[in-house]
Amino acid sequence: MQDHDFGFATRAIHAGTPPDPGTGSRSMPIFQTAAYVFGTTEQAAELFQLRSYGHIYSRISNPTVAAFEERMASLEGGLGAIAFSSGLAAQLCTVLALAQAGDHLVSSQNIYGGTVTQFTVTLKRMGIETSFAPVDDLAALEAAMTPKTKLLFAETIGNPSGAIADLSALAALAHKHGIPLVVDNTFASPYLCRPIEHGADIVVHSATKFISGHGTTMGGVMIDGGRFDYGSGRFPLLSQPSPGYHQKVFTETFGEYAFLMRARAEVLRDVGAQMSPMDAWILLLGLETLPLRMEAHVRNAKAIVAFLESRPEVEWVRAPQMGSIFTFGIRGGREAGRRFIDALELWSHLANVGDAKSLVIHPASTTHSQLSDDEMRKAGVAPEAIRLSVGLEDVDDLTWDLSNALAASQRGALAETAR
Amino acid sequence: MILTTPAQRRALLERAKSIAVVGASNNPLRPSYTVFSYLRTLHRFDLAPINPTIAQIDGVAAYPSLTAYAHERGAPDIVDVFRRPSEVVPVVQEAIAVGAKAIWFQYGVINDEAIALADGAGLDVVVDRCIKVESARFNGGLSMTGLNSGIITSRKSESTA
Repeated sequence: MQDHDFGFATRAIHAGTPPDPGTGSRSMPIFQTAAYVFGTTEQAAELFQLRSYGHIYSRISNPTVAAFEERMASLEGGLGAIAFSSGLAAQLCTVLALAQAGDHLVSSQNIYGGTVTQFTVTLKRMGIETSFAPVDDLAALEAAMTPKTKLLFAETIGNPSGAIADLSALAALAHKHGIPLVVDNTFASPYLCRPIEHGADIVVHSATKFISGHGTTMGGVMIDGGRFDYGSGRFPLLSQPSPGYHQKVFTETFGEYAFLMRARAEVLRDVGAQMSPMDAWILLLGLETLPLRMEAHVRNAKAIVAFLESRPEVEWVRAPQMGSIFTFGIRGGREAGRRFIDALELWSHLANVGDAKSLVIHPASTTHSQLSDDEMRKAGVAPEAIRLSVGLEDVDDLTWDLSNALAASQRGALAETAR
Repeated sequence: MILTTPAQRRALLERAKSIAVVGASNNPLRPSYTVFSYLRTLHRFDLAPINPTIAQIDGVAAYPSLTAYAHERGAPDIVDVFRRPSEVVPVVQEAIAVGAKAIWFQYGVINDEAIALADGAGLDVVVDRCIKVESARFNGGLSMTGLNSGIITSRKSESTA
């Protein structure tokens, strides 16, 4: 073993997956097993008491899933990671590792509609309240803090508004109030932004998007930077003896690993939202080409933005400085937007992003339809907004399709009859 | 020599056979207990707690001092230190006196005088690292739990650390 700092592309291919020690298999094996035999009863007891490292049951850990987790931790520059069945599961379990009934969260309001619903409906029913403020209004975010606040939540690139979070300012605000900054980095992927480098404490992803890269697999992951000190007394779930795990005090026993250990040994164990080994294997394969894909996504997205900005049917384009997902407003509002989507041939009309295929959706009638008009405006979504996730096809083919559909969008009733 | 790289720490753990854990506690909540009991599960080190306030940890007899340990068992390959930074100079002096080959200062156990003393006497020195975490980094334990080991290799593992 030699000492060397490996680059991002190398780690995207190798981190977490040395050759299998048993067989020498160069590809990570899919360990499709529910459980693992113990050696002696003494070894079993050591594992259950978290004295030694090893697998017990695939709800808690699995070798193929662990390889994906380690690779994500490496790419985000974290201490470790835990994979989940979806991005929303990763988010829920992150909250449950820090907060309980009576607690409070502060969140950017420029976020995915499904997250707003998780916070305002499901978490609220569990007794955890959330206050929202614009991601760029630090004073309003600070005013929302209470002594019961356990975390500050934001998205690197807001979905679908494209609002970019000032992560170092948010981290400073969170730390001033003694709480961690949790960042959803789904739209950037660790190739374009690594929030931990900007002061974030915990990163969550929907792995379904750029990490998978091919729209094949549901998954989520949470990466812990390991720098936040949970021993202040504000996080009794971590610093008080746990009735859920042998009366362990996670901060005392595990130090910087306290949050990861509790999130896995208690929250993942009890919620049961683990990732499957097969899905982890597909996501590992996806990660190998993440750098190549992100470069191409961004290149194509720039070309599509320039194309749209040149078109008279387009009222506005709201593209963040980063990534390949953005919105534009079509002349003629909601109805023209409907005709535009119905006229597309190559772009796929569906509720996902970050696929090799180019995708399109009308948020007001789909992803954000659970939100009131007021909540929609707060999230930065106009009713006429159309969201594009630019894929890896030939740009000429993408603009050919957009061009035809933009023309069709303005034909009004005539086009309706023709269809 | 002060060991600063993963490869150096790995080599140290691979050649070590005996570890004396200074300040090891028998309270299961203490990090020193966690580390001691983890090292025991590996079944590859000759381990002993050095702590005058306890008789044993899970049946492993404790020694009141490094001197008492060395008198019976000889020089330890590694002296692993869980003590306040202000109290470690005498530990280093004793480690040098008994001929210990390496001294390992756990997380937060940072004392420049003690480090210089050990380094000057020719001991291998590890500072502000956990011997459990480093061992698990090289033997696959961290990777098994989704933790970032930092290991990148296309060679089949032969490590025993």
